[in-house]
Amino acid sequence: MEKATVDLSLLDGVLEEYASVKGSLITILQNTQDIYGYLPKEAIELISERTGIATSEILGVGTFYTQFRFEPVGKYLIMLCQGTACHVNSSDLILQTIKDELGIEDGQTTPDGIFSLKCVACLGCCSLSPVMMINEDTYGSLTPEKTKKILKELREAAV
Amino acid sequence: MRIVIGQGSCGIAAGAEKVRKSLLAAGIGAESISITGCIGMCYLEPIVDIYDDDKLTRLVKVSESDAQAIADYIGTGDRALIEKLVVSDEDSEFLTKQTRIALRNCGIINPEKIEEYIDADGYTALKSCLTEKTPEEVIEIIKTSGLAGRGGAGFPTWFKWNAARQSAGEEKYLICNADEGDPGAFMDRAVIESDPHNLIEGMLIGAFAIGAKHAVVYVRAEYPLAIKRLKNALEQAKAKGYIGENIFGTDFSCDFMIKAGAGAFVCGEETALIESLEGHRGMPRLKPPFPAQSGFWRKPSNINNVETFANVAWIINNGGEAFAAMGTEGSKGTKVFAVTGKVKRSGLVEIPMGKTLRDVIFDIGGGMKTDKPFKAVQMGGPSGGCIPSSLIDTVIDYKALGATGAIMGSGGMVVMDESTCMVGMAKFFLDFTAKESCGKCIHCRIGTKRMLEMLERITKGEGKEGDIELLEELCYAIKDGALCGLGQTAPNPVLTTIKYFRDEYEAHIKDKKCPAGECSDLIEYSVNAEKCRGCTLCAKNCPVSAISGSVKQPHTIDTDKCIKCGKCYTVCKFGAVEKA
Repeated sequence: MEKATVDLSLLDGVLEEYASVKGSLITILQNTQDIYGYLPKEAIELISERTGIATSEILGVGTFYTQFRFEPVGKYLIMLCQGTACHVNSSDLILQTIKDELGIEDGQTTPDGIFSLKCVACLGCCSLSPVMMINEDTYGSLTPEKTKKILKELREAAV
Repeated sequence: MRIVIGQGSCGIAAGAEKVRKSLLAAGIGAESISITGCIGMCYLEPIVDIYDDDKLTRLVKVSESDAQAIADYIGTGDRALIEKLVVSDEDSEFLTKQTRIALRNCGIINPEKIEEYIDADGYTALKSCLTEKTPEEVIEIIKTSGLAGRGGAGFPTWFKWNAARQSAGEEKYLICNADEGDPGAFMDRAVIESDPHNLIEGMLIGAFAIGAKHAVVYVRAEYPLAIKRLKNALEQAKAKGYIGENIFGTDFSCDFMIKAGAGAFVCGEETALIESLEGHRGMPRLKPPFPAQSGFWRKPSNINNVETFANVAWIINNGGEAFAAMGTEGSKGTKVFAVTGKVKRSGLVEIPMGKTLRDVIFDIGGGMKTDKPFKAVQMGGPSGGCIPSSLIDTVIDYKALGATGAIMGSGGMVVMDESTCMVGMAKFFLDFTAKESCGKCIHCRIGTKRMLEMLERITKGEGKEGDIELLEELCYAIKDGALCGLGQTAPNPVLTTIKYFRDEYEAHIKDKKCPAGECSDLIEYSVNAEKCRGCTLCAKNCPVSAISGSVKQPHTIDTDKCIKCGKCYTVCKFGAVEKA
C-alpha cells in the first residue's frame, strides 16, 4: 500500500493539549494513531521536537506496546482474539480461514488496502469465543463459514 | 411496560443493538426502551427484559425477527406470542444460585444514567464516609470485611490502604488497575460497562481513606465501550459534585483521570503500570520501595483492581461483618468468575468463597456443552494452572486453590474437555508470556522463549527423552530469577500440566501421539468407509487434492499428500473423517 503524504498540521491540536503535560507520551501516540491509522515517521519526529523526548525513546515506547503500528493499515482492521477461551474453542481454524480468504499473514494488509490482519490478546468477549473485532465492531461465535460471509460482506461494502 | 436491553460488549456483539433498532421499527416508543449492562448470562445474549410494573419477564436469545412478536405482546399482553423466548427455569437458576455484591447492579440499572445508580443507594456509602467517618474508621471497616485484592495476588486491601495512609506526603494517588490482561477474564470490563459509578464510588472511598487527592483509572484500550461509559459516568459524577472540590461540603477534594493502556500484559504488575502511566515502557521497578511509599511520580500510591473497588461501597453500607460472614477462614466475601470454554452456560458467576469448583462449573455452569467429558479447568491465566477433574471438589479459597499449583487469579475459569491437549495448552501460555515478557530479566526473557521452543518441539513430535526434566529445571530457574510476578508465575501452566498430565507429555515424546487429537503434526486423518456417503465435499475442500473417490463411493485420504489442515474433518457432515 502506498503511503500518503503525511499532513502534520493534523497533529497541532494534540500537541497543543499534551506536549507540555508530563507523562503524556502514550496518550500522544494513541491520538496520533487515531489520526493517521499508524505512527508515521514524520509525526514521530515532530512529537520529538515538540516534547523534547528523543525519537529513540519514542520508538522504544512505541514498539513496547502492541497497540502501536508503524505501517498504514487497511480500511478494515481485523483483530483476531488469541485469548484462552478462543484457543479452546478453535480460533486456529478462524485464523486459517482468514489467511486463506485474504491471502495475508498476521500483521499484513491485502494489496487492495481493504483488510489488515492482526492477532491480538484477549478481547474480553470470552463467552462468544472465537471472537474477532473489525474496526469497532465485535463478531462472535465464529465458524469458518460465518467468517467467510463477514469478510465477503465487508469487501462488497468497501468497493 | 418498560423494555430494557442488555448492552454490554457481549450483548452488542450478539446483536443487541440490532434488536433495539428493530423494536423501535416495530413501533415500540423510544421512551419505553432503555439499556442496561451485562447481566452475565453471556450465553443467552441478546437479552431483553420486560418490566410490567415490577414484574420481570426475561427474554433470551432474541433476534431482530422477534421484534414484531414482542411489540404485539406489549400491545395485547398475550404471553403466547413470546413464550418461546422466555428464559427457562433452568437458565434462571444461573442467576438465582449466585450471590451478587460486586455485580449487584450489573444488567439491572442503566450504566449511562447516574440517577439509576443513585436510586440503587448509590453514593450513600461515599457520603457516610465523608460526613460521618474518619479515614481510619473506613480502613477499619475494610479490615473487618477481610476484603483481599481481586486482581490476582489476594493481598489484604486494608493493609495496602493503611500503608499508603501512613506514608508521609501531601500528594498521594489512588489508582485503579483496569488493565484486565488475563486472557479469559472479563469481569472488570463487565463492571465498568455495566456499573461504572460503583467503581467510581469505591475509588473515591479509597482515595478518602488513604488521603489521595487524585484518582486514576488505567484501562485497556481494547475496551472502547468501557472507556466511553466510564468517561460519561465521570462527567455525570462531576456535575453532581461527587468528584472535584469539597465533596458533600466536606474538605475532601479529589480529581479523576482516565488513562488508556496500550496493550502490554506486564502492565498488570503495579510498578510496570506506574511506569506506563508515566509514559514509559511498562517495565517493573525493583521493590522496595513499594508504591505505597514511592509510586506514581514517586509519590505514595495505592493500586487496586476494579473488582476490589466494586465491593467497597457495599461493604461500607452493609458493614464489614456482613462481608466477612461469607466465605472461608482465609478468604472472605464473594468472588466473580468468568466461566468460559467448553462449558454449557458461560458467563459471569459471583459466589461466596468456600463453594467448590464443581458448584461453579457443573451446578451453575451446567457442565459440558460437548459430549466429551470434563478434563480440566484453567484458572489464573498465564500465571495460573490447569486443575484436573480429580480435584473438581477443591474449595474456592486463596490457599486451597494455591495448593493445586493454580491460583485464584483474577477469576478466569476456562473449562476444557478431552479434546484439549494439555501440552498444547502449556505451549499456548508460554507463547503468550514469551511475547509479553518485558525483557528486563534474563531468566524471564530468554527462559520463557527456550521453554516455548521445547514445547513446540514436543508438540511437533520432536521431543526427546529428558525434555520433561529439563522443562522442570527451567521452570524453577525462571521462578527464582525473575523480578516480577509475570516471570515468577510464567512457569505455572507448564508445572501444573506436567504435575497432572505427565502421561500426555510422555505420549507426545515417546509415542509421538497427541491423545487429545489436537496437535496437527501428530495426528492422521482417515475416512471411515461405513460412514462416508461419497458426497465429495471433503475432496472439493482439500487444498492439496489428497482425497480421492467417486461420487456416492467411500473416499480415501492419501496420507503422504495430506498436510493435516483438518479441512475435511470440519466440512464432513457425516462424521466420516476421523483423526487418530
